[in-house]
Amino acid sequence: MLRYRRPAPGTQPELLHPPYVSSIKRAPAQPLIQLPHTLSETTGPSFSREIVPPKGFDLTRQHKGEPLGERIVVSGRLMDEDGRPVAHSLVEIWQANAAGRYLHKTDQHDAPLDPNFTGMGQTLTDEEGRYRFVTIRPGAYPWRNHYNAWRPRHIHFSVFGPAFATRLVTQMYFPGDPLLEFDPIYNSVPVESARKRLISSFDWATTTPEIALGFRFDIVLRGRNATPLEP
Amino acid sequence: MGEETTPSQTVGPYFSIGLGWLNRGDLARGASGGERVTIRGRILDGEGQPVPDACLEIWQADALGKYAGPEDSQETSPAQRFSGFGRIPTNDRGEFSFTTIKPGSVTGPDGRPQAPHLEISIFMRGLLRRLVTRLYFSNGPANAEDHVLNLVPAGRRATLIARPLAEDPHTLEWDIRLQGEHETVFFEC
Repeated sequence: MLRYRRPAPGTQPELLHPPYVSSIKRAPAQPLIQLPHTLSETTGPSFSREIVPPKGFDLTRQHKGEPLGERIVVSGRLMDEDGRPVAHSLVEIWQANAAGRYLHKTDQHDAPLDPNFTGMGQTLTDEEGRYRFVTIRPGAYPWRNHYNAWRPRHIHFSVFGPAFATRLVTQMYFPGDPLLEFDPIYNSVPVESARKRLISSFDWATTTPEIALGFRFDIVLRGRNATPLEP
Repeated sequence: MGEETTPSQTVGPYFSIGLGWLNRGDLARGASGGERVTIRGRILDGEGQPVPDACLEIWQADALGKYAGPEDSQETSPAQRFSGFGRIPTNDRGEFSFTTIKPGSVTGPDGRPQAPHLEISIFMRGLLRRLVTRLYFSNGPANAEDHVLNLVPAGRRATLIARPLAEDPHTLEWDIRLQGEHETVFFEC
């Protein structure tokens, strides 16, 4: 059995990040205790193709009509730190519509809902760890973290990887978004090179003529140590 | 090491849109045998306020201590239908409840058995990374020997142990306190 590596310092956000006001009452105050990796951490759930809805990857075809907004293809690879693909692994996404509104009872932003857009998707990676979604570019939206706070456009990603230890929920941003500089959630990651991993890149290879712009977002999960644990 | 890992970001307030389709509060469904237990509690923030927008994920072994999937090379238990995965949102009052099978003992790093436990991830707005904790059972004599529990200061261990109700020993209570007195023990996984 191989342990998973601990993340390099500064490559993950601190739990308490006061500029993100909600973290103040919710981040634990006591220091975390290092959990040794046992079978409980190196195993994890897996999900079969049957549970994934066939239209799960295409958020533009889940209703009678087409959603409003700019159609995009979001694709990439799920891999570990050594570049090895993470195959047959569940990827879930959710997002606001083109106007910056979520289909959620607590979203009070004064922007229209789109009857043809739910904003949820799911798929499994293929043998090479690749995934692909078709969706629309989400809008920016205001939130109440501080005066005139606006979240940059983003898509929420949830991935499992091979183990309990590799579970990751993150957000994908878009290149050149002027709001990134001001966003406390994006800027909660101390190291700049790690933070930039959250920004997708424009991708000619997946841009589909007359149909949709392509954005590439690779997701890197923790790798495993080279030396095994004692049996 | 080649690539840097992708950083975590919060699930935010609207995760039910993307995660709700896979809610599973009955892990025991499909399992054959084992002791069914219902675990219920509340999540409380630093002011003692219930957290109505959180989500728990459970990962656990079956009644024989075997995890689903290829990584656990222990011999497969018969009638293996137990996925070991649960996903449970809190309600408007910050409460959660799920039903499962009490897991068997799993081997620890030193080859000795670990006390029966559930692995738990907690997601919510305000958490930039998930929180990781473990739930143990109060009637486990193995708890005293468990090497993870023994990493926890003695005065804080009780926060990881679910307590059976006097009137119903198959219903266990376990609250999660994010801060303050009796703050739950959270792990760096």
